[in-house]
Amino acid sequence: MLTSVLGMTASSTSAPRTGEGAAVDLAGVNKWFGDLHVLKDIDLSVERGEVVVVIGPSGSGKSTLCRAINRLETIDGGSITLAGEPLPEEGKALARMRSDVGMVFQSFNLFAHKTVLENVTLGPIKVRGAKRAEAEEKARRLLDRVGVGHQAEKYPAQLSGGQQQRVAIARALAMDPQLMLFDEPTSALDPEMIKEVLDVMVDLARGGMTMIVVTHEMGFARTAADRVVFMSDGAIVEENTPDEFFTNPRSERARDFLAKILKH
Amino acid sequence: MDDLLDQRDLVLQAFWLTIQLAVLSGVCSLAFGTVLAAMRVGPISVLRGAATTYVTLVRNTPLLLMFVFVFVAAPNIGWFVGTPFLLKGVIAVSVYTSAFICEAVRSGVNAVPLGQAEAARAIGLTFGQTMTSIVLPQAFRAVVPPVASVLIAMTKNTSIAAVFGLMELTGRMRYFTNNSADDTAIFLTFAVLYIVLVELISAGAIGLERRWRAAR
Ligand SMILES: Nc1ncnc2c1ncn2[C@@H]1O[C@H](COP(=O)(O)OP(=O)(O)OP(=O)(O)O)[C@@H](O)[C@H]1O
Ligand SMILES: [Mg+2]
Repeated sequence: MLTSVLGMTASSTSAPRTGEGAAVDLAGVNKWFGDLHVLKDIDLSVERGEVVVVIGPSGSGKSTLCRAINRLETIDGGSITLAGEPLPEEGKALARMRSDVGMVFQSFNLFAHKTVLENVTLGPIKVRGAKRAEAEEKARRLLDRVGVGHQAEKYPAQLSGGQQQRVAIARALAMDPQLMLFDEPTSALDPEMIKEVLDVMVDLARGGMTMIVVTHEMGFARTAADRVVFMSDGAIVEENTPDEFFTNPRSERARDFLAKILKH
Repeated sequence: MDDLLDQRDLVLQAFWLTIQLAVLSGVCSLAFGTVLAAMRVGPISVLRGAATTYVTLVRNTPLLLMFVFVFVAAPNIGWFVGTPFLLKGVIAVSVYTSAFICEAVRSGVNAVPLGQAEAARAIGLTFGQTMTSIVLPQAFRAVVPPVASVLIAMTKNTSIAAVFGLMELTGRMRYFTNNSADDTAIFLTFAVLYIVLVELISAGAIGLERRWRAAR
């Protein structure tokens, strides 16, 4: 499904996971930073092909949740499984698992000393053992797809924020991920660049990608999300369809929060 | 001055020995210092502790002591017994200099945004791959000037080898000054030879900086 949307041919390396279970399943996840309880008994299950938007005030633990899912943060309690398999401990198995989970950061985090093309081919070559020529061909296709194909030889610093973020998405897609995590992918961008990034994300969502997206972009949530998860103070306070959530929030805290972001 | 010209072979041999000391020590220090830096920023606490202890011990010990250890103390306990003098000199200088290289490289590692290392891990690179592909190449770019300073100090530090019988530049200079009234000319000649070496390092550093600045 994704392959057709991205105009890719049979060269896609990893088949969809055949394991049982939801794409992601968090059960009773707890996390402390010292005395600070940042994730409180989080239960969240995301089906394959589902798009979940996570929304909530600053400091509510959204980033930590994303980072816990590919174990950039360890958790202190509960369990996280991907396609039925528990997250591995440190080491090779963890690296392999991470390669199946694409992550897009607020601050792009492109490799500054590598060209756009090299940014996208690094993972396939180093992690998947792809041949350079194949990796480059695929990278160029992905870069075309996200609309930065003509920037392939440039360095990240020569690109606008919106272009850098689209390269970051292509870099993640080059690994044929089973799941994509987006942590506020547009909040470091100027307004005119937000749309170009969201368009790419909407496309991905339509193509059947499983996505967890931390964002305050209501437009994206309404068009692309199957579900909105509202977090506050480290806990999931409310879950609903986007329409229901935005027009008819059930909890006091969600109403307060929506009132604040709608003022702007 | 005539002495110098008549025996210029001796001068050139000394110059060559200093070059060997500097180049070999430079390569060893860079390699070992980089490994130490990777250990110090790595996830394995035993290695972190070992590298930190090494740097603390070595940085706080005078280089002369390091030479005394390698040339005098170590053979007494059976180490480096048949080792050639040049190699012993390289060992003493490298053990010492790598601690400083480690700290310079580590400052460069800290200058690489953490997010890039996370992005590398997020696409499935291991810690080692993240270091060699993403972090260290950028760290090196950031630390060319301080590393050049360390290498320049190291080149001049090779002169301590003279005390232990290596006829490198300083050793040879003493030989000439002992046998001549024309001290000034001899000093100047040998000083110029050191300056040539150090300037080569500076020029290399400037070249690298220019190249790496262009590529980003
Ligand atoms: N490495 C860390 N060490 C200590 N505390 C941390 C760390 N990372 C995050 N925190 C704290 O954990 C809490 C949750 O942080 P998190 O970044 O997950 O929130 P968030 O919902 O993503 O907020 P924002 O909308 O500002 O990005 C915050 O109070 C934050 O200060
Ligand atoms: Mg955040």
